Amino acid sequence: MIPYPFAYRRARSLSEAQTIFAESSESKYLAGGQTLVPTMKMRLASPAQLIDISGIAELRTIEVDANAVVVGAGVKHADVAASREIRTAIPALAELAGMIGDPAVRHMGTIGGSVANNDPAADYPAAVLGLGATIKTDRRKITADLFFTGMFSTALEDGEIVTAVEFPIPEIAAYTKFPNPASRYALAGVFVARTPDAVRVAVTGAAPCVFRQPEMEAALGKAFRPDAIANIDIAPDRLNSDIHASAEYRAHLVAIMAKRAVAKALA
Amino acid sequence: MAALSMRVNGIPVVADVEDRTLLVYFLRDQLRLTGTHIGCDTSQCGACVVHVNGRAVKSCTMFAAQADGTNVTTIEGLAADGRLHPVQEAFREHHGLQCGYCTPGMIMTAVDLIRRKPELDRPTIRAELEGNICRCTGYHNIVDAIEDAAKRMSAGGA
Repeated sequence: MIPYPFAYRRARSLSEAQTIFAESSESKYLAGGQTLVPTMKMRLASPAQLIDISGIAELRTIEVDANAVVVGAGVKHADVAASREIRTAIPALAELAGMIGDPAVRHMGTIGGSVANNDPAADYPAAVLGLGATIKTDRRKITADLFFTGMFSTALEDGEIVTAVEFPIPEIAAYTKFPNPASRYALAGVFVARTPDAVRVAVTGAAPCVFRQPEMEAALGKAFRPDAIANIDIAPDRLNSDIHASAEYRAHLVAIMAKRAVAKALA
Repeated sequence: MAALSMRVNGIPVVADVEDRTLLVYFLRDQLRLTGTHIGCDTSQCGACVVHVNGRAVKSCTMFAAQADGTNVTTIEGLAADGRLHPVQEAFREHHGLQCGYCTPGMIMTAVDLIRRKPELDRPTIRAELEGNICRCTGYHNIVDAIEDAAKRMSAGGA
């Protein structure tokens, strides 16, 4: 499969990327390309120009301190999965990164690309929302609760570039997913995190956009145990139905994945 | 057009390609390195896996322009001085193939895997092969071959 023609440009710095973007009205940024390239091959997207930002050094750093893990937008999934610092600070985040796609995809795909694309079944949005992360861009900071606005849509403005994601370090956290056996995308994935202030539960794969589950958060806030959410039914009304799973089945999976995530966080 | 300059299997390559040229087509059609296969063409089967700067990637899901300035290794670049790479040798000995279509990608994935995780158990090998699909073998002999190759390479320092 061959995409429509386009012009490829490589940016060496954020400012160069911004300059190139301003020159053409139909540009798209290219990071790892593990979603964008297949989408272009299917001719579902046809940007006139691709601006490759994968080589920008300032986007490829990982910083960890006592309170937070800051992952540069250009950091590959494989590097998050393998990072000793992240494995120590937020093991669930490293584990999630190692569950995305397959090894070759993880060698290319980036966290910035994943959150900017906001695929309904992507893994990273669950961690970003579940941990209450902050998305840093070349213009501002956006909290996770305001960032993911709908299917494949985010609060990003035209031309805005994600530069890093800042994850506060929780007391405990875990991610479980039921992967589609072919694509490895989540049919349902649940990220749970407990901090001194609150419990957060984020669900991916089940609905058009990653979402929080307030009932579970409240119940787990009182007692952080799998049986605390055993009687919470997930309504299938707003969940996805497709050839892979019905909304009812996804609702069932969300409840199961959530219980398993709590058990895993406690393990 | 994109002006490319990279090393492929150790040999410097300079070429002009259309910007939309995928790496796999560049390797196969322009460099005539047809050992890298196109299977599903949708990033799932892994027949097109090559190494870019030492890391396994799917060459059907990367533009040749993205590989500008890199070192690319294909299945043709593994054997040295007329001797098969230990992973190739192990696939031959354990009959880790039937039709052979997936084999170049399997071997490139396996070489990358053994580099990352020299100590391999069978469940790990199976999990790491999730991006490489074989429709003939049931994977059994492939897992045998990779397990054996990893042992030989850690013993022999290959």
